[in-house]
Amino acid sequence: MDVKDKIKYIFSYKIAGKLLIELNTKKAFKNFKPPKNWRTDILAPPLRTGVYTKEIIAKHYLEGRYVSGVKPVAWVTSGAPIEILKALGFYILYPENHGALCGARKVALEISEEAEKKGYSIDICSYARTDIGATLSKKTPVGKLPKPDLLLCCTNICQTVLYWYRVLAEYYKVPLIVIDTPFVYDEAKKHDIEYVKKQLEASIEVSEKVAGKSLSFSKLKEVVRLSKMAAELWLEIMNANKNKPAPISVFDQFIHMAPIVEKRGDPETVDFYSKMLDEIRERIKNGIGAVKNERKRVLWDNLPIWYKIRFLSEFLAENGVSVVASTYTNAWGELAPMMDIERPIESMAKTYVYPILNRGTGHKLKTMETMVKEFDLDGAILHSDRSCKPYSVGQMDQRLKLLNELGVAALLLEADHNDPRAFADEQIKSRLKAFMEMMD
Amino acid sequence: METVKSIGIDAGSTTLKIVGVNEKGKILFSIVEDADPKVEEQTERVLNKLKENYDIESSKIVATGYGSNLIKADKKVTEITCHAKGIYEYFKTGGTAVDIGGQDNKVILISKNGKVIDFIMNDKCASGTGRFLENTAWRLKIPTEKMAELALNSDGEVKISSTCAVFAESEVISHLSRGQKLEHVIKGLHRAMVKRITSMIYAVGFNPPLMLSGGVAKNKAVVKMLEEELGEKPMIPENPQIMGAFGAALIGLSQ
Ligand code: SF4
Repeated sequence: MDVKDKIKYIFSYKIAGKLLIELNTKKAFKNFKPPKNWRTDILAPPLRTGVYTKEIIAKHYLEGRYVSGVKPVAWVTSGAPIEILKALGFYILYPENHGALCGARKVALEISEEAEKKGYSIDICSYARTDIGATLSKKTPVGKLPKPDLLLCCTNICQTVLYWYRVLAEYYKVPLIVIDTPFVYDEAKKHDIEYVKKQLEASIEVSEKVAGKSLSFSKLKEVVRLSKMAAELWLEIMNANKNKPAPISVFDQFIHMAPIVEKRGDPETVDFYSKMLDEIRERIKNGIGAVKNERKRVLWDNLPIWYKIRFLSEFLAENGVSVVASTYTNAWGELAPMMDIERPIESMAKTYVYPILNRGTGHKLKTMETMVKEFDLDGAILHSDRSCKPYSVGQMDQRLKLLNELGVAALLLEADHNDPRAFADEQIKSRLKAFMEMMD
Repeated sequence: METVKSIGIDAGSTTLKIVGVNEKGKILFSIVEDADPKVEEQTERVLNKLKENYDIESSKIVATGYGSNLIKADKKVTEITCHAKGIYEYFKTGGTAVDIGGQDNKVILISKNGKVIDFIMNDKCASGTGRFLENTAWRLKIPTEKMAELALNSDGEVKISSTCAVFAESEVISHLSRGQKLEHVIKGLHRAMVKRITSMIYAVGFNPPLMLSGGVAKNKAVVKMLEEELGEKPMIPENPQIMGAFGAALIGLSQ
């Protein structure tokens, strides 16, 4: 560890930076009011506890600026088993989350064009293009991303990540851990879990070497415990939407899910979601809905369209349509019960084999069918994401099944989660409007 | 002067359609024009001209189509709902409505009582729309109307494998330069377009009868091939282009 780096880290992040961010949050919380152009005529004000989402993310990226040379840094895929790294004290960066942030700030296109200029095809996932573009050009809206010392790639979301992380490994010349998760058609076989468990065990040695210390088992258990707690709270927040009107829309969830992805395993994340849950319960008590005049309730399938969240949320709310459930935000809560604090590695192996994208299309259909019933939905919007093939495959049939077997309106909406070139404003509007007219 | 109760305006990507109805929903007039880039001015001009023969002072105006945002109207409704309404009231039956327009295709499943059960539109791609034929017609310098005739009278057919409007055009040229007969190639082009449409129909699930609308419904070769592919004779309104505007006008009646 470089002493200069350490001093800079302590001063710029631990003391001045953190303090400033916390002060700002306190002020924002105290004088809380919706942003100027917030459509208070159709939407409830944003959640007050949302100021903490901003705080957590701001701190996370600020720490990233100064962390090199102080803590080991790992870049990981969104479905990666991070608990071991967390217990070893790694600073963990999620390129997909950073990609989403670029999308929401509307700079993803400019950054992915940097990758395209170097020959990366426009047909590659837009997260991968955004990340490779950011790596090559150093462009980022968060100031600076720390270089990785280790890469952790888990194939439980797609195969794209495998090639993407190989590119990163070659570029940064750092070790790459690949956790290969067999696809689950119905139930995972015993040997599937065993296979993943062995890989996790083998990864410990590599991670320890990079971290320069050995793994404490009790620390690992603690991280798993906190991870599980945060995920359970998140699940409860989502389930609160079974109430009518739904207290928080899925578009809100897209924003407030950042900590459960990026800061899973931290005590602050648990505190944060428990505060948020309190506020949501308060809303339920007072009969406040995310959409003011909730007439219809629908679900969202697939990734968000990051650069159009506000537009979509308002367009639907204008017509009293509230998006109350989503397979996407659900993915970070549904596996919480599988985590077992007493058997961390084994339960991690199981948990990380079962994400929705690593399972057959029938499972996703079942998830949506359950949502339709439990959340009492009138329709479903299936975002067909040009980038994300594993999420989009099967949607044609899933849409028809929802329509014919459950009798809810179902719409396939073609776009891309991070590439605005695949979003045709007028077409999307006309399809959404027709979908809403159909539900009336 | 006859009183027009309601006017439907369908401002599509290639044509502007305006229909007026009386209180019984009977069509009093229908106008179809190529769309001007300034559709708001065009609409105003047409409406002003109508005032010479009709009393439209108190008419309800319902607009639909891509240009509808630019038009002053009492209500704006999507093409899906308008087409479904127009077709259902015209034929008085549910089934599968297929509208093949200049840049947009829609397939709408209509229930027995006229409700939209499901719909699908072509996304971000003009394949299978009127443009698909127009492009090639223009390139070959053949009037679009003549294309259908050539296809109908052709004694053979060349397979066009590309469904992309741009690639199909170059495929056509390459077939011709290899000495294939013009009418065989044109017939193949129609087939490619029809296959694209039938695949959309299958995507929502075909439920007879088949009811056609949109400008391309006037193309006899397309109609015949659709019948061949689906084994069902399509029903076609007298003026297939105005179904959306007709539906819009009918929606205005209940305002
Ligand atoms: S392809 Fe899908 S799962 Fe894979 S990185 Fe892209 S968005 Fe994520």
